[in-house]
Amino acid sequence: MNTMATPQEKFIFANPDKVDRIFSQYPDKKSATLSLLHLAQAQEGYISGSVIDTIADLVECHPAIVMDCVSFYSMFFTKPQGRHKIQVCQTLSCSVNGADALVDHVTNKFSIKPGETTDDRRFTLMKVECLGSCGTAPVVQINNDYHEGLTNERFDELLESLP
Amino acid sequence: MNAFKPVLTEHIHQKDCHTLPFYKSVGGYKALEKVLAMQPDAVIQEVKESNLRGRGGAGFSTGVKWGFIPKDSDQPKYLINNADESEPGTFKDRLLMNKTPHQMLEGMIIASYAINCNTAFIYIRGEFYKEYQVLKETLAEAYQANLLGQGILGSDYNLEVVIHRGAGAYICGEETGLIESLEGKRGWPRIKPPFPAIEGYLHCPTVVNNVETLACLPHIINHGADWFKSIGSEKGPGPRLFCVSGTVNNPGVFEEPMGISLKELIFDRAGGIPENKQLKAVFPGGSSSAILTAEEALDVKMDFEDLVEKKSMLGSAGVIVMDETVDMVQACLNIARFYAHESCGQCTPCREGTAWLVKMLTRIVNGQGKPDDIDMLYEITDNIGGRIDFSKGSFGKTICPFGEAVAWPVRSFVEKFEDEFRSYISQVEAVA
Repeated sequence: MNTMATPQEKFIFANPDKVDRIFSQYPDKKSATLSLLHLAQAQEGYISGSVIDTIADLVECHPAIVMDCVSFYSMFFTKPQGRHKIQVCQTLSCSVNGADALVDHVTNKFSIKPGETTDDRRFTLMKVECLGSCGTAPVVQINNDYHEGLTNERFDELLESLP
Repeated sequence: MNAFKPVLTEHIHQKDCHTLPFYKSVGGYKALEKVLAMQPDAVIQEVKESNLRGRGGAGFSTGVKWGFIPKDSDQPKYLINNADESEPGTFKDRLLMNKTPHQMLEGMIIASYAINCNTAFIYIRGEFYKEYQVLKETLAEAYQANLLGQGILGSDYNLEVVIHRGAGAYICGEETGLIESLEGKRGWPRIKPPFPAIEGYLHCPTVVNNVETLACLPHIINHGADWFKSIGSEKGPGPRLFCVSGTVNNPGVFEEPMGISLKELIFDRAGGIPENKQLKAVFPGGSSSAILTAEEALDVKMDFEDLVEKKSMLGSAGVIVMDETVDMVQACLNIARFYAHESCGQCTPCREGTAWLVKMLTRIVNGQGKPDDIDMLYEITDNIGGRIDFSKGSFGKTICPFGEAVAWPVRSFVEKFEDEFRSYISQVEAVA
């Protein structure tokens, strides 16, 4: 993951003010780790080795500690993803309300299985665990947004509307 | 009993209910004014007397938890609002954050004042991006109105509130896992003791309270402990947000007094089961609770005691309904897969055991089960979370209660629907 393989350009946060603001919120530097990872991923789309090095420098810890976080939390990606991350909740309440059909729908329509990205990098399909929206199952999170109570038809319209 | 009127969700259908002007128009922040004129100990005492028990899942007394914070310590104290809602079947904190964020924030300020804390955190589930945006606005409004910051409402009390986003990990709902995560590490739960009240965030005294728990506080301060105790069950009083999902006509969050019957929740509030299908099984308190058969479910009150008597638990009050068409073996696999995915990996029985459960259940579902598999399922669940006795506070063979949280439901599926498991396996034998 880290710097050993190929030398990468050093990652620099585009907005240093945001970095300062994050640090000002915590009593110590390491507590800023997750917030900095979120900020970096919003900028880059994923967490590269150079992002890890930069954050490790900033929070004053070994890069392995930052990597530890990246690997632990499901929202951080170590590889570039499609423009739209289609995250279909597959836990029980969604499952008994048609979540599998939504996954099959994307698979049939775009020829990608869960974990895969379309060749044009438009969509990445993922099955995820409970999104905490069981009352409006089935639910799909696309990037930051929840789409609740989806039917195949509405899901279709939604997918078509995404560039 | 008098007809119950919603307390926490009374205003959630009104326009702009999430804004400060609206919240103030319905009496918001009156409790804070009252609290700022009280001694912190008196606030703790009032909450202890109300017998408010945590709404996150464990059901521990909120006032007692606060009382563990050392008074003679020079260290900073921290309050963390646990908004990492991720127990399958539970979606009430998200509603509170979206609709009445100031109610929760007022509760946070009250709790912070009571434990003498000047920096509080909202640890919000990473996926809840919209709610994160709502809360950012809520805090901006509160700072603007001097409800946060220096010298709150003319008092000498100061409080900063910081929103911290999680990044996708169920285990961070466990309070010590959450603290580790806030410190910038993977969310591995800590061995207790020391409890967070003694040694929590950055080794300082820390209280972790759930969103709904905090939202109850302004009402307890406004109307008094006796009023709170007059609602619902004696040993765990107050209003409660019950989430009902699964195979029901009208899923949603229903605010009811503690102790409402599960039958009423499912067949009245949630509108019963589509196409008049038969009820088969229910998770009464999130996916970590043991499932109830239809017969058990129709005869249980939704409070701490009655559910323990039925060898399950109230947990997060997330009710998941399964009708006759839901395959119990597949449902069991679904839940086991969730826990295998979310096991933090720290303790071997849980890390390995959850993976084994998924492998075995997958094999059974795929028609490759073996007759010994039933016994093996018992053995594995026993090995992950063998000693289930909440009254003694014993958490089996793992550091945190996650072990029980997987062992309990999986075991209950096998015990209560063994026939279905056997029928998958006997089909294999017939073919052989």
